[in-house]
Amino acid sequence: MTTMTFGRAITAGLRRAMEDDPKVILMGEDIGKLGGVFRITDGLQKDFGAHRVLDSPLAESGILGTAVGMAYRGYRPVVEIQFDGFIYPAFDQIVCQVAKLHYRTQGAVKMPITIRVPFGGGIGSPEHHSESPEAYFTHTSGLRVVSVSDPQDAYTMIQQAIASDDPVLYFEPKRRYHVKGEVDEASDRSASDMGTARVVARGTDVTLVTYGPLVPTARDAAVAASDEGTSIEVIDLRSLAPIDYATVEASVRKTGRLVITHEAAQSGGLGAEIAASITERCFDVLEHAPVRVTGFDIPYPYSKLEFHHLPDLDRILDGVDRVMRRHNSLSGLTREGVSQ
Amino acid sequence: MTQDHALQGSEFHGGPRVPGAGTASGTVLPGPAHDGADEPVQLIDRHGVRHAHEHYDGLVADVDGAELRKLYEDMVVVRRIDAEATALQRQGELALWPPLLGQEAAQIGSGRALREDDFVFSSYRENAVAYCRGVDLTDLLRVWRGNASSGWDPYTINMATPQVIIGAQTLHATGYAMGILQDGDDAVAVTYFGDGATSQGDVNEAMVFAASYQAPVVFFCQNNHWAISEPVGLQAHVPIARRAPGFGIPSVRVDGNDVLACLAVTREALARARSGGGPTFIEAVTYRMGPHTTADDPKRYRDANELEDWASRDPLARLATLLDSLGLLDADYTDAVKATADAIAADLRQGCLSMPEPEPTDVFKHVYSAPNSWLDRQQDHYERYLASFEQAPQEGSR
Repeated sequence: MTTMTFGRAITAGLRRAMEDDPKVILMGEDIGKLGGVFRITDGLQKDFGAHRVLDSPLAESGILGTAVGMAYRGYRPVVEIQFDGFIYPAFDQIVCQVAKLHYRTQGAVKMPITIRVPFGGGIGSPEHHSESPEAYFTHTSGLRVVSVSDPQDAYTMIQQAIASDDPVLYFEPKRRYHVKGEVDEASDRSASDMGTARVVARGTDVTLVTYGPLVPTARDAAVAASDEGTSIEVIDLRSLAPIDYATVEASVRKTGRLVITHEAAQSGGLGAEIAASITERCFDVLEHAPVRVTGFDIPYPYSKLEFHHLPDLDRILDGVDRVMRRHNSLSGLTREGVSQ
Repeated sequence: MTQDHALQGSEFHGGPRVPGAGTASGTVLPGPAHDGADEPVQLIDRHGVRHAHEHYDGLVADVDGAELRKLYEDMVVVRRIDAEATALQRQGELALWPPLLGQEAAQIGSGRALREDDFVFSSYRENAVAYCRGVDLTDLLRVWRGNASSGWDPYTINMATPQVIIGAQTLHATGYAMGILQDGDDAVAVTYFGDGATSQGDVNEAMVFAASYQAPVVFFCQNNHWAISEPVGLQAHVPIARRAPGFGIPSVRVDGNDVLACLAVTREALARARSGGGPTFIEAVTYRMGPHTTADDPKRYRDANELEDWASRDPLARLATLLDSLGLLDADYTDAVKATADAIAADLRQGCLSMPEPEPTDVFKHVYSAPNSWLDRQQDHYERYLASFEQAPQEGSR
């Protein structure tokens, strides 16, 4: 076991994947000498060469489109999108090409492309640097979407994403890059399945589902709630498409209550999808409608207000109170005090 | 060489009508004047006369009478395939067909320049290029009949599934060429697209990447003058080939209705790419004599005189005239070529009509290469739903 930051764990996973397979090629803006603006590819160009760690022109569609061509040629491109809000110029190539070529060619052409996306807010950045665009991609068939929340998962799952013959969007919560944890670098990448969710705190009263940047916040909320006598089971989804509903359903069948929290905007978001799917699957055991604690339906706000937008421990506990039908919760109430 | 004045950028007599740019009467401002560099390379003129060319003759020195005949046969066959597919659409056997009528020389000339290990990334109109790659003809129709999402395995003929998103394939070709560089191979990626595509960001980004990495890729633009109803003047205010040098990519304008010239310039571009010289941009000036697709009606937007003018520059007719002048076009020969083309068309029709119908649950196949819990659940539900009809004791019961 080695103690390393979340960011370093991704670097170590990339390094291992490049050692294991000469067809793994890194592409992106500023990822060579600079090592990326978050230094995730630090040292990789020096060690593997400029032919395997390619600084790309500043054109996201171009990066993804050429990655498609590399994949056609038999390579496994790992693409870095510098910031979440910069992915949209590449949207067409991701949605129309990366996601659909395997289907279009009836399995003849594989698209083993990994798209790394530093995402989420909380770092005090200007517009376009703090977004959570995951739902655009979970809505697109042909893509797999994962998000990681701790160094061990970061290390293992980047290797699994690269090894996947299907394209994977790998969402990295950028405000957690400096969180430290234990990583077993000797562990095999097949030690776990990136498609499965993980229960990260056991509980019996409420199931709290989240992923990526809010996993530590959710764990903290569970600790705080237990001090008040509420037992929260926290699930880190890890895979956002597909979602491991078996794990979520098993938990909700135990607790009867579901809260979903994410930074992304509420309407049409993953929380809505999870609430609908779990309601369909276990309506009979639900004690309350599933509750969403999410970012607002607004453009990502300027930094001095971003912590009003981002769900924090207190807003998550407010959601827990709602699902527990406690009167101290104000959210979800109209001015007349009638629950919506 | 004799200049073919009629070929000189008829599209540039006037630019597009930009709001505010025209006069009140609707006339448009004149486009820029041509310079000599914009004159397309031409070896066979519109009257079927072969002209010597100091530079390009050497690139087609091997093309003797027998080889010219092969090019002629290719063009007759692909025009016949095109006519048969159009007929199949009119008869309700295909949902849609994108005709290549008028672009035979551009596609056969360039397609016959390629090596087997070169890789083509095309749009949906390059049926003659696919023919050169050796496609199973029935495979040309699968998508248009609605029986499959693609016609062929790209690796069997080294030609990607035709691209529908305009210009997207130019980046794929560039990326593939970057892979060729990685491999230290001397194959070339060739991408086909139209004049409309040159307005797309992807095509411009592809040229940036190709130039920066000196990727072995050939950009083959068929300027057929029309992007559905939009004239080329709306896409470009200068000859399209002039753009590439701005990206650091050498370019050439070629008479796209001259099969020999298309062969020559493509060979040159391929040789440059193979020898480490990087990308080349070719603008083949040609004309879409038919509709955009069988769903289109060009009479709504273009002048019949324009079509007539271009018909006089027909790529097949001019090669026939040349062959005739060389004594290579007797009736026995033309009859034999026609019989070959008709036989191929009959095979095409037979292949179309005998294509197996897809199964309902084929919709779920190949979305992913590995099992997917969301999709598996939906497929399971749908299969049980379908089965419920077979188990129903009588109509209407559930």
